[in-house]
Amino acid sequence: MATISFEDVGKIYPGGTRALESVNMEIADGEFVVLVGPSGCGKSTLLRMIAGLEEISEGTISIGDRVVNDVAPKDRDIAMVFQNYALYPHMTVYDNMAFGLKLRKFSKDDIDSRVKDAARVLEITDYLDRKPKALSGGQRQRVAMGRAIVREPSAFLMDEPLSNLDAKLRVQMRSELGLLHARLGTTTVYVTHDQVEAMTMGDRVAVMRNGIMQQVASPAELYSDPVNLFVAGFIGSPSMNFIGGEFLTVDGKPHLRYGEQDLELLRTPEGEYTGEIVLGVRPEAFRVPEPGEEVHPNRMMRGKADLVEQLGSDAFVHFELPVKPVITPDIRELLEDEGADPSTLGDTTKMVARVDPVLAPKAGEDFEFAVDVEKVHFFEPQTGDVIKLKEIASA
Amino acid sequence: MPEPKVKKPWTRDAVLRQVGTQAMLLAVLAVVMFPVLWVLSLALDPRNISKPLELTLIPPGASFEAFRKVLFDPFTNLCTVPNDLDSCMTFSDLLINSLLVALTTSVLAVVVGASAAYAFSRFRFWGRQIGMIGFIALIMMPATGVLAPLFVLMNTIRIGGEPLRKTLLGLAIAYTATALPFAIWNLKGYFDTVPIDLEQAALVDGASPMRVYTRIVLPLSTPALAVTVLFSFMAGWTEFILAWLFLDDPSRFTLAMALRGMQGQFTTPWSEFAAMSVLMSIPILLLFFGLQRWIVSGLTVGSVKG
Repeated sequence: MATISFEDVGKIYPGGTRALESVNMEIADGEFVVLVGPSGCGKSTLLRMIAGLEEISEGTISIGDRVVNDVAPKDRDIAMVFQNYALYPHMTVYDNMAFGLKLRKFSKDDIDSRVKDAARVLEITDYLDRKPKALSGGQRQRVAMGRAIVREPSAFLMDEPLSNLDAKLRVQMRSELGLLHARLGTTTVYVTHDQVEAMTMGDRVAVMRNGIMQQVASPAELYSDPVNLFVAGFIGSPSMNFIGGEFLTVDGKPHLRYGEQDLELLRTPEGEYTGEIVLGVRPEAFRVPEPGEEVHPNRMMRGKADLVEQLGSDAFVHFELPVKPVITPDIRELLEDEGADPSTLGDTTKMVARVDPVLAPKAGEDFEFAVDVEKVHFFEPQTGDVIKLKEIASA
Repeated sequence: MPEPKVKKPWTRDAVLRQVGTQAMLLAVLAVVMFPVLWVLSLALDPRNISKPLELTLIPPGASFEAFRKVLFDPFTNLCTVPNDLDSCMTFSDLLINSLLVALTTSVLAVVVGASAAYAFSRFRFWGRQIGMIGFIALIMMPATGVLAPLFVLMNTIRIGGEPLRKTLLGLAIAYTATALPFAIWNLKGYFDTVPIDLEQAALVDGASPMRVYTRIVLPLSTPALAVTVLFSFMAGWTEFILAWLFLDDPSRFTLAMALRGMQGQFTTPWSEFAAMSVLMSIPILLLFFGLQRWIVSGLTVGSVKG
């Protein structure tokens, strides 16, 4: 097992395209770190640089105490699981798993016991004599895992290993991978495009965008304290709602004015801040008031439910605010990553609230939701950076 | 669940279409099979007719005499000492020479061709594209076009005091030179389809680049390697123009040269000629059947997702 550290790591492809810029990170021994971000953010490139499959243009990568910039992949003592499994099709499952051990001149008995142990853990003992083409997607995935774990490397590198599985199997394998990591305790770097996977699996999650590391933090911290609008929008499902508005002080109290409505806030930006602002509200920051409950009118959001998705445990209420959608560079990129076209959003801001399924309004009904103003976030529209807030003396 | 197949009733159009298709296929089959049947029939014909014009599948008095003569009688026109039967080549002598040339050609074409094709497929280097276009130009050039330069080249290089041109090795090298452009294109096209992830997985697993090539890439490319072996073997087995030009010593002559030598200025022993043709085609057939399963199968199925 080993630590992995990145010091000012950069990657420039021949032709001048920059894929990574100044990555600095320390991965602790035994830690499970997930690299997450939209397509083309550089997460797979970074993983492949750890593996030695991509040259390191700038900076240094160390595994343990050793700088590995000029070390061949075979000498880095790492194992990698590929997105498409990359099983050797001309070899049986057994030989696939034994290949790396044979190359490292392990004894026949040692190879046999390691392969069989790994097969037992992964429940693929019955398939050891089969070729990969005779296996299902899930079984192939297990073999790819098996090939990695038999070597007992100092680190595992996983490049979107679950993305080719169907939804149910993905959830199952996700928890199995988590258990496997808990059991082996091997340092793991895991790349995914799926933020749910990132949040559920990682000890820490590194969010990347355009080759730049945005934030490295625990899932809980990423969710509750995103450093910028991009991280806030990328993490969470359904994602955070963004409302463009103006920050002003009314009767000494901080307010956000969006369209015709005001939202009274309990915290105020550090320093003097007035003018345009992007308000971020997570779907669960909305609440249907209990019957008879008194909520301050400036801490309510009113609208008409366009669509209500009943999940049993929660209800997702989709509605629109009569405010022009806020489009910052970060939001544009988030929308494009979801396959949406920012130019077709119209003149209203689309919102999602996650509320109690029993109290949720029906589609077409008018509603009033209380907004938990303790949980809202503020972002600077141009830079996307979070605006730090402080408690006001008396609300 | 897939829907059960419903057998469509035969309509008049469908029947006519079937009859038409079958008739066309039979006509093509006849054209393809005619020369084969004709040669077989001629080989069995004991009359040794000088101008074979008729086709009787089993000729009157059919026998294997022509085969016996070809297999066991010395070739009197291929003797190292004139009029000395003991110095004349036999079928087995010629067979050994032909096998040496054809096997060397196919081994060289596969070894050199696969290495070159791998480089063209995987590495980015200056002249890569020009090189591939150059190979196409070589494929398109008539074989006789390269005779003179090959002759000069092979005559200049000497091995053991003898020009390489006069040796079977020299002949095999010349054949390899003509077989390589196709081999490289064919193999490069196949290597391009081997997923790069497999190679990278092997690198991470602990393999050196050479091991990746020999343990992963080559085993996965057996269909293309089999085709290269077959084609280059055939090229070395059947070629005689270059061989006539290069070789002086009858003890180094090949079967194809002997077959060509049977055609006299005034007469040709057609039955023996046909018998020899049939015998010469047997190794190619055996090789084809031996390689068939690789030529037909695609090994990369199941390696990656899907």
